[in-house]
Amino acid sequence: MDIQFTEEQELLRSSVQRLLRDHYDFDARRKIVASEEGFSRKQWQAFAELGLFAASFPEDAGGLGGGPLSTMIIMQEFGRHLVIEPFVETVVLAGGLIQRLGSKDQKQAFIPDIIAGEKIWALAWTEKGSRFDLANVATTARRHGKDYVLSGEKTAVIAAPWSDHLIVSARTSGHRHDRGGVSLFVVDRRAANLDLQGFKTIDGRRAAEISLRDVRGELLGSEGEGVAALEACRDRAIGALCAEAVGAIAELNAATLEYSKTRKQFGATIGSFQVLQHRMVDMFIAHQEALSLMQHLSLSLSVGEAGISRLASGAKSKIGYAGRFVADQAVQLHGGMGMTDELNIGHYFKRISSINIQFGDPAFHVLRFAQLDAAA
Amino acid sequence: MELALSPEDAAFRDEVRAFIADNYPAEMRVANPETDLSKEQMLLWHRILHRKGWIAPLWPKEYGGSGWPITRRFIFEQETTRAGTMPPLAFSVTMVGPVIYTFGNEAQKKKFLPRILSGEDWWCQGYSEPGSGSDLATVRTKAVRDGDHYIVNGHKTWTTLAQHADWIFCLVRTDPTAKPQSGISFLLIDMKSPGVTVRPIITIDGSHEVNDVFLEDVRVPVANLIGEENKGWTYAKFLLGNERTSMAGIGRSTRYIDRLKKIVKAEIPADDPAHLEFVKEIARVELDVLALEATELRVVAQMARGIDPGPAASLFKIRGTEIFQNITELTHRAIGNYGLAIREHPVSANRFMPGPDYGHTASEKYLNSRKLSIYGGSNEIQRNIIAKAVLGL
Repeated sequence: MDIQFTEEQELLRSSVQRLLRDHYDFDARRKIVASEEGFSRKQWQAFAELGLFAASFPEDAGGLGGGPLSTMIIMQEFGRHLVIEPFVETVVLAGGLIQRLGSKDQKQAFIPDIIAGEKIWALAWTEKGSRFDLANVATTARRHGKDYVLSGEKTAVIAAPWSDHLIVSARTSGHRHDRGGVSLFVVDRRAANLDLQGFKTIDGRRAAEISLRDVRGELLGSEGEGVAALEACRDRAIGALCAEAVGAIAELNAATLEYSKTRKQFGATIGSFQVLQHRMVDMFIAHQEALSLMQHLSLSLSVGEAGISRLASGAKSKIGYAGRFVADQAVQLHGGMGMTDELNIGHYFKRISSINIQFGDPAFHVLRFAQLDAAA
Repeated sequence: MELALSPEDAAFRDEVRAFIADNYPAEMRVANPETDLSKEQMLLWHRILHRKGWIAPLWPKEYGGSGWPITRRFIFEQETTRAGTMPPLAFSVTMVGPVIYTFGNEAQKKKFLPRILSGEDWWCQGYSEPGSGSDLATVRTKAVRDGDHYIVNGHKTWTTLAQHADWIFCLVRTDPTAKPQSGISFLLIDMKSPGVTVRPIITIDGSHEVNDVFLEDVRVPVANLIGEENKGWTYAKFLLGNERTSMAGIGRSTRYIDRLKKIVKAEIPADDPAHLEFVKEIARVELDVLALEATELRVVAQMARGIDPGPAASLFKIRGTEIFQNITELTHRAIGNYGLAIREHPVSANRFMPGPDYGHTASEKYLNSRKLSIYGGSNEIQRNIIAKAVLGL
């Protein structure tokens, strides 16, 4: 069950590690986040050149055929380094949706540019009041010649200010909650009548509120396929986010342990206090369990097992709670230092908080896991 | 969740599954096998496994074990626990057996091992004492050399199923002047020896599992010393390592969760405000089991590749016991008012118990499973072990 990584996978891991170690330490990241654009096009290109965007795509799409396991490997390292660039949004979400729904022409038009690092994408599915329900869509799409025009509001769209294209969910039929009436559209981020209000997220990324008034959109796949495609895509995105969280958890644990061995109070290192030792053992166990579940999910995603969506929700929840516990304790054990912007601990805390919101928090997913239980 | 099995291992799994279905004694399927079976009933499955050659998966072939590699042992463990079979007595097969074949002399191997395998000898564990719980190295039971014998005096406690035992393996102090760990020896004592007295301890669930064992001027042949005098601590630690490996209890927890779901469905209406809490709590504990199972599979796969799992056993002990305690607590809460009732001992079908059958053991299981985080090295001790061995604290 332990993944015995192939030579190619080990190579992928070590090359990501090397790149991030050399060019993406915490200071470098701080500068990127503070920059005008808030992310680094240079890093983005470096990721592309390393083949990270090609890794998971099938070979016939110009990819390397690594699937969800390669995404897992990359995201674990990205999690360790708090990588800010929109890999999940562009490659896992948009890339995954285009690969799943797109026509031959659409795939040819979009995927090579993603792999080459030429274009950045964002996925606009959340709306005011939709919370984590993919089918809760009020934005509308009307047929207009061979295209569609979209109207509505999308909210908290991660990476939208950086993006060239958006994939937008919109209603082609039915009422607000009808699953079968939602379709997906490719929209040019600079299209006429698209208004974008950017803001910073708690973990240093950029997102936007988006308003659409008769904006031209190109249908991806067929009408009514939106929710099913988003659900499958969410499972894969959860796989990526879980791996990212596990990477962050590993770093938090390592940093906290290290700190506990050097920080002295009452004439002793704080790591010598049993109450803190046991806390760190629980953090260690939380990491081990999260790591195991992450591997189990990625393996299941890569073979396309039945019941994968339930497992994805379960992992999102369990790893979400684990991340919250570890992040809380890492700040606590670092004391006042854990509260500072200067130290990386708080930034991991914020990244984990952000991951926990994306596509549904631990409470949402634990109940979804229960609802999808055939035995209950 | 399954290991990716080779065709041979998959065939083995099917064979084990079929063997259990065909051979597990119906007589052993009682409400609470851990407390309701007589000694003879408990040994039924032991003898069947012995005839099949499957009684000691861990043991090498030369001593009559199955000699299975780790993957097969894991499959066997998984299938037998999932099917809810009563495991053979751990004190005999898992604990003292490996100590004897690893550290014992030829005469001891010849004398004891076959009788452990056949079930003729029932062993209990003489470790804890009233003054030595987690701090086991402070045992005070004394063994003083007298010619070819040791004269043993002391008081062992929490001795599980000593009321059935033919033999007890004891930690005794042979050098009172040495440091605590270095003056201990590992001695095998015949329970029929004059001076051995067993007194029941009834636990909060009403059952009689554990006992006090008093040793008063018990004469034990020197031939029953395992290994070297004053090296007993080494053997004891070896044994505790074996004790902890199978404590994840995935199969058992999975069965109890399935049962809990049925109870919640039957007992708690969906419009009861507490219903959602049960749904959420059950989902969370199910995920705890899933994560622990995935961890166990990861460790098994590593061991199969020859990687030392380190103190993984401590992790399994901590989480496995926490999970099972949580499940039995949820089950007790789920049966609502019937949680007030508890079966009386000795258990008999003639005694009245209120409420549906599925709730009859909920109270006693809830109470009995409180022991899990205490025995086999308390969970706090396990955390100390991980802190030291893994975290380097």
